[in-house]
Amino acid sequence: MEMAVDKTQFHVLAVDDSLIDRKLIERLLKTSSFQVTAVDSGIKALEFLGLNDDDDDEDEQRDSNSESISSDEDQDHQDLGVNLIITDYCMPGMTGYDLLKKIKKSSCFKDIPVVIMSSENIPSRINRCLEDGAEEFFLKPVRLSDVNKLRPHLMKGRSKDIDFPDRTRSGCLISTGN
Amino acid sequence: MRRQLAIMRKSLFDQGHLDEQFIELEELQDDANPNFVEEVVALYFRDSARLILNMEQALEGKPFDFNKLDGYMHQFKGSSTSIGAKKVKAESTLFREYCRSGNAEGCVRAFQQLKKEYGTLRKKLEAYFQLARQTGPMETASRPK
Repeated sequence: MEMAVDKTQFHVLAVDDSLIDRKLIERLLKTSSFQVTAVDSGIKALEFLGLNDDDDDEDEQRDSNSESISSDEDQDHQDLGVNLIITDYCMPGMTGYDLLKKIKKSSCFKDIPVVIMSSENIPSRINRCLEDGAEEFFLKPVRLSDVNKLRPHLMKGRSKDIDFPDRTRSGCLISTGN
Repeated sequence: MRRQLAIMRKSLFDQGHLDEQFIELEELQDDANPNFVEEVVALYFRDSARLILNMEQALEGKPFDFNKLDGYMHQFKGSSTSIGAKKVKAESTLFREYCRSGNAEGCVRAFQQLKKEYGTLRKKLEAYFQLARQTGPMETASRPK
């Protein structure tokens, strides 16, 4: 079949407003043989995914200088093949938690595993993120041993791709109600 | 020169300027990314200069905007932690405690102390990397590969 699981590189989208931490997470991920795209905000992450911030929420009519992303074009994102999103919690504007919620609300992206990072060890924060769909919560500074924990989540997602034939041609998973 | 470099490196740890996070950075360095640590540290200095300036300006206003100050220090502490700047991180934590309790005098004192530690670290790391460049490809002598 088309999918050579071992050979295909996983693509991670990293989100962090700190320049230093972005460089660090990028290096950590590349050392672990991931392909990386690093952005400095939740908004940029959504833009990269092709998810217009308005998609789920018709209240605001934003004038599209973000080139009009219609729901048809959402399907193109699949070519970017983001397999995992790792995001800082504390960011100005959209927090990592806000980003997590948006991803999980999105029909196209809700199955992408999301990992949250934070410099602050606040149990209620950690629990909330995990309860609302984050796969893991890493305390900063993130280490190679943390990044090694990512692969199982990615493999799980990968095998899910193969086992579930309910895909549109564009690859967007139809909600099977699980 | 290698020996001098090793001695310098050891003293950075022994004197408490750096912690094991710095070693984590060194472990990420390889032939394909031979200057990774120096690059990260350079970024840190650049970013820190900006934050310190912001904090200095914020400390000129009266009364202090403690939220703003805490925000800057959160960023500064974060990046200091990421490179393993142990003493600077400790001073940042102290500063934030004063911020949170609205202790203006404490903030000013802590900030002076922080700048001092940061200045020392910067000097030492700059000297270290300068020597490292002269010495050639860096050997992290402590860990056998």
